[in-house]
Amino acid sequence: MTGPTLEDERTGQDAATQRRSRRAAAFAEAASAGWKVWLVKIVLLGVIDALAIYAILVLITQGQWLPPIVVAVVTALVNVVYLKPGLLPAKYLTPGLIFLFVFQIFVVLYSIYIAFTNYGSGHISTKDDAVNALLLQSQARVEDSATYPVKILEKGGEFYLLTAEPGSGDIVVGGADQPLEAVPGANAQGAPGFTTLDFGQIIQNQDAIGALSVPLTSDPNDGFLKTTDGSNAYVFTSTLKWDPKADTMTDTKTGVVYTDTGRGAFTASDGTQLLPGWQVFVGFDNFVKAFTDQSIRGPFFYVLVWTFVFALLSVATTFVLGLFLAIVFNDPRMKSRRFYRVIMILPYAFPGFLSALVWAGMFNQDFGFINQVVFGGAAIPWLQDPWLAKVAILIVNLWLGFPYMFLVCTGAIQSIPDDIQEAGRVDGAGVWQIFRHIKFPLLLVSVAPLLISSFAFNFNNFNLIYMLTNGGPRFADASINVGQTDILISMVYKVAFVGANRDYGLASAFSIIIFILVALISFISFRQTKVLEELN
Amino acid sequence: MALNSNPLTDASAPELARGVVDGTAPAAPAPAPRRPFPRWFRETGWRHLVGIVMLVFAAFPLVYVLSASLNPGGTLLTANGLFQSFNLQNYVDLFTDPTRPYGNWFVNTLVIGVATAIGTVVLSALAAYAFSRMRFTGRRFGLLTLLLVQMFPQLLAFVAIFLLMSAIGDIFPFLGLNSQIGLIMVYLGGALGVNTFLMYGFFNTVPASIDEAAKIDGAGHARIFFTIILRLVAPILAVIGLLSFIGTTSDFVIASVVLVDPEKQTLAVGLYQFVSQETARNWGVFAAGAVLAAILPVGLFLWLQRYIVSGLTAGSVK
Repeated sequence: MTGPTLEDERTGQDAATQRRSRRAAAFAEAASAGWKVWLVKIVLLGVIDALAIYAILVLITQGQWLPPIVVAVVTALVNVVYLKPGLLPAKYLTPGLIFLFVFQIFVVLYSIYIAFTNYGSGHISTKDDAVNALLLQSQARVEDSATYPVKILEKGGEFYLLTAEPGSGDIVVGGADQPLEAVPGANAQGAPGFTTLDFGQIIQNQDAIGALSVPLTSDPNDGFLKTTDGSNAYVFTSTLKWDPKADTMTDTKTGVVYTDTGRGAFTASDGTQLLPGWQVFVGFDNFVKAFTDQSIRGPFFYVLVWTFVFALLSVATTFVLGLFLAIVFNDPRMKSRRFYRVIMILPYAFPGFLSALVWAGMFNQDFGFINQVVFGGAAIPWLQDPWLAKVAILIVNLWLGFPYMFLVCTGAIQSIPDDIQEAGRVDGAGVWQIFRHIKFPLLLVSVAPLLISSFAFNFNNFNLIYMLTNGGPRFADASINVGQTDILISMVYKVAFVGANRDYGLASAFSIIIFILVALISFISFRQTKVLEELN
Repeated sequence: MALNSNPLTDASAPELARGVVDGTAPAAPAPAPRRPFPRWFRETGWRHLVGIVMLVFAAFPLVYVLSASLNPGGTLLTANGLFQSFNLQNYVDLFTDPTRPYGNWFVNTLVIGVATAIGTVVLSALAAYAFSRMRFTGRRFGLLTLLLVQMFPQLLAFVAIFLLMSAIGDIFPFLGLNSQIGLIMVYLGGALGVNTFLMYGFFNTVPASIDEAAKIDGAGHARIFFTIILRLVAPILAVIGLLSFIGTTSDFVIASVVLVDPEKQTLAVGLYQFVSQETARNWGVFAAGAVLAAILPVGLFLWLQRYIVSGLTAGSVK
């Protein structure tokens, strides 16, 4: 042991030498980096800066303000990191960190944000967009209104209507985003800069032309011109009346008033909503819905339990079979073990999504190999019955997963030193006792972390479930698209992306619940592996 | 019970620890004297029985799909007659239907997989080098953060990824929804979290004295990294590249969310949609597609088996 004073002195000296050697290293660095390295660096930075400036300009013209600032700051940081001498760790970490921040950390935070909104089909965009869409979709022809003779014009892939005002006879042109207005130099047959469509072209594009509605003025309440045949157009007005001051929509036919109740849609007093609505912040609504709504809560808890059961049984079955095989094939006297091993690894090497699809075909009730050949033409509903579907999933997962456990257990068994077993034998332990009390505990120590990560993997084993059973059979009484064999992640996918009614908010709320569960599992696994202590 | 004649209790067993994972016994066992059949069966014969059962279980689905792909009947029902007839019609059909651009899917999968694998290896090797060889403020915090991030698989945020990509696509169509470059970028976002730790562990096994010797000889940090460290950890680079390739090519969720047009999709998305439409009728063509799609991953896996297995076990334990 050295005294404290001596140590202090030494660290002081060390610091000085360190500083000097660091400076020397920096000089050496600068000297060793030849001009070629510099050239590459400058060119790459130039490309990045050019792209960033382009992105910033585009973003500003789009009327954004936060994204361009972020892009500018990040680009400036990148330049500093790579142009300033020193900052070595940053030079190595920056590229990965940028991707990590955008596509992993940001998206996780963004999921949390979405979970608190009503984002989904029917609630995609802003309130202004929703008002326009509502007015457009509730149009009806004005009774006894004038007929407008029209020509169809085309410019830049968009279609326009050319017509004469019934009163004044002025020639006016308008498009989907452009109210009717006079165009200099236009006559009854066409307008400069526009191409007039002939009959054949009108027939070719009749769907697009039929969908075209041209606002009469910039106020959408005044109505739109629409044509059905390409030669005559009529005035259509919306049956809804939009009152921006009172913030209400009034149905002019029925007289029902729809008000903005803060839930992201115009709602009548009896609760009926006008869709599309718009995106709003809804607080904990999605979570409340997941845990209290009868038609969601039941299936959700069912799926939650099955997810744990599935992950647990997957690990247990594959581990037991893998361990058994590892013991069986660990006999040096046995011939052609290598051959057996290669064949048994094949299921693991075969791409997982393909395996699930192939097994889905083999399990097919009417034509599949298992029913037709193995069971001699029986019609066992392997993937249609709730319990058999679960059995089928576990069988397929056993097939997919046992090679991994086999490899892992073989390695673990072989790394147990022989002399420990020898000692046990000398003490009079039998074969079973040696396995039970010596080898198995030792094996578990090295394999436990892999079992936990295997559990975490199966917890989110989307491909197997989605490709094999598609989560089915579906719950009849659920208001969301969920089935008896769905696990959490496949349920989230189906809520968000399958079917006509997509609910991103609810899906994100579910995925946050998965986040929390996965974090708990990982926490346990860290405690097990003590990986934190290895960080030095 | 099966454990009666466990070889590990047999002290004379010359089996050695390591090499068996890849099936190469380091020393050939001495030729055992011929045993009478009952004894042979009790000691090793039953193991072959287990082996044969497992061979059937493991290989049957693969044999079945190969047979179905070669069966001109082309439906799920005709596929049940294993190897009854033989021609390549399904493979021809696979490439001739324009509504099902299998060739595009294949190339897309390959390009996306290879680009992601290379990007992943580069990004995580750079980061692992910094964490393993440099001491800087925030290093421990950085490692801890990576561990934390690793807990939240990117897969779970696919709803947000979809919305982010569609927002990017409104402004930069070549990077947003329906863009393969965008998809590769999303995959690279997951690169650091998953692989840096694995690589960090391996970088630490390269003795620091090698770097120091090189430094004394006048090598800069970049030269040490590219010409010394990377060469020494080449096997783990191959493992990470391959695992990333296999993971990327079999991803369905993110690829199906990001890629919209049929001719831009990957094999996982395209084949699933194709076979889920009319499973029974399309079976032969699907089987042909599956066989072609599996050849490369299976081949790579068997070829690099030893490295992959060591990487899998070591990486997860670390």
